[in-house]
Amino acid sequence: MIEIDEVTKSYGGRPVVDQLSLAVDAGAFCVLLGSSGCGKSTTLRMINRLIPIDSGAIRVSGEDVTQIPAEALRRRIGYAIQSIGLFPHWTVEDNIATVPWLLNWRKTRVSDRVTELLELFRLDPAIYRSKFPHQLSGGEQQRVGVARALAADPELLLMDEPFAAVDPITRDALQTELARIHRTTKKTIVFVTHDIEEALRLATVIAIMNNGRIVQLGTPIQILEQPANDFVRDFVGRQGLGLKLLSVRKVADRLRRGEPGEGEPLSLDASLSEAFSAMTARRADRLPVCDDAGRHLGIIALADLVR
Amino acid sequence: MRGKRFLSSPILWIGLLFAALMLRMDALQPLLQQAFPGVEPVVYNRDSFLTLFLSQLGLVAAASLAASLAGVALAIFVTRPAGRDFRAMVNALATIGQTFPPAAVLAITVPMVGFGARPTVIALFFYGLLPIIENAVAGLEGVASAVREAAEGMGLSAWQRLRDVELPLAAPVVLAGIRVSVTIAIGTATIGSTVGALTLGTPIFDGLVGNKIPFVLEGAVLVALFAILTDLLFERLDQRLRVTAN
Repeated sequence: MIEIDEVTKSYGGRPVVDQLSLAVDAGAFCVLLGSSGCGKSTTLRMINRLIPIDSGAIRVSGEDVTQIPAEALRRRIGYAIQSIGLFPHWTVEDNIATVPWLLNWRKTRVSDRVTELLELFRLDPAIYRSKFPHQLSGGEQQRVGVARALAADPELLLMDEPFAAVDPITRDALQTELARIHRTTKKTIVFVTHDIEEALRLATVIAIMNNGRIVQLGTPIQILEQPANDFVRDFVGRQGLGLKLLSVRKVADRLRRGEPGEGEPLSLDASLSEAFSAMTARRADRLPVCDDAGRHLGIIALADLVR
Repeated sequence: MRGKRFLSSPILWIGLLFAALMLRMDALQPLLQQAFPGVEPVVYNRDSFLTLFLSQLGLVAAASLAASLAGVALAIFVTRPAGRDFRAMVNALATIGQTFPPAAVLAITVPMVGFGARPTVIALFFYGLLPIIENAVAGLEGVASAVREAAEGMGLSAWQRLRDVELPLAAPVVLAGIRVSVTIAIGTATIGSTVGALTLGTPIFDGLVGNKIPFVLEGAVLVALFAILTDLLFERLDQRLRVTAN
């Protein structure tokens, strides 16, 4: 889907992104993770040409981005940023419809798409479509910001620390929604963050960056279990590693199929940390597991968590 | 509700007072004769006040329209990447235009373009440019960087960003600059009468030269009401703009 090929970007002779190569598969949720100044945002912004590339090449769906007119490229790629940047003089509907209008969609199609997106983000269209940005809470504004990025059904979504400025509870809700939307839409997402918990929760693949290079590329479990070096080990955090591992593994991985169990069931999608939390709270060493339809599948036992 | 607000609007009452004084100043003749005995005539009558007003309105409108177009265009230019280097220069020129006394501009332009309306419009144009440029630059630069980045990242072209995002968001600040400029221009336009332009300043200067204080008073009151009324109309426009923008 995206191929970044030996890309370099320097400011004042100092490389911010240094011969970086990265391939992101279609449908992947790729998180660029690193501390500030590591070049993750610069990398992201070179994909939609907000920042010009010094050397190397970036291809989206096989096409060199420098060969596509910048505006046409950006209309194909959703873009959401931390500071959101909703247009304050436009309604929620007009904000979401920005790219569809630029692409000359028919009026009814735009209106239907706005309704669909507001519903996807659980914002009642009847209430929200005619509101102005200043009438929304921070979390609602960011929902509209992400809805706007998704409006024209782009093949690719770029997100630059979109949830860094909202409060923890709202952030948690937004992450859950984004994970759900990624599961249902199968969009390719490149997501920049400095928050390891956020990366572990959302990513299918994590690229840890330092000094303009990728230090390690892998699934959340690979990053936790086989850190490439001390930098990754420090970044991931030596303390609480076990709990982080539990948070990225799913109940489905440790299910004892067919065994009977009693009590409030866990879902297959729940993480092992949720299972651990439930066991601790209920003083139980085994809990039943059911599928989305509520059918009993088996159980998970405390011993399975550390297997 | 709407009618009540209309009746309590200062625009209505100041407008009526202005119109009444302009059209029927002669009704004040007995009063003025008592206040200024021995002055004859006591009400300026070489031109009608309406003629003077319309002439001044034309001068101010021409100069302010030109200054607004030029000022906003220059502000747009110096806030684009291509024009950023010219920003200090444009600002310096505008400041010179503002600090150069309009009377001096008249002294320079009269030999070049002759007496009458033309040198007055030129002087008003240069004098009114600075507040418009300054406010328009401030308004355009005041657009939040997040909004700019989002607009660019969405794929709006440079022209679409200017037309659909930057100008509408800058509009209240731009308008405030035009408002200041026009209000100053109304007062300043009166000195055009010294080079033969017809304005409400004409009775003022005639009165000063001929030692006829009532003429000065009549001209000055009408100019003041004209400026206040214009300012109030701009205020109304500004409110309208903010309502639609928010």
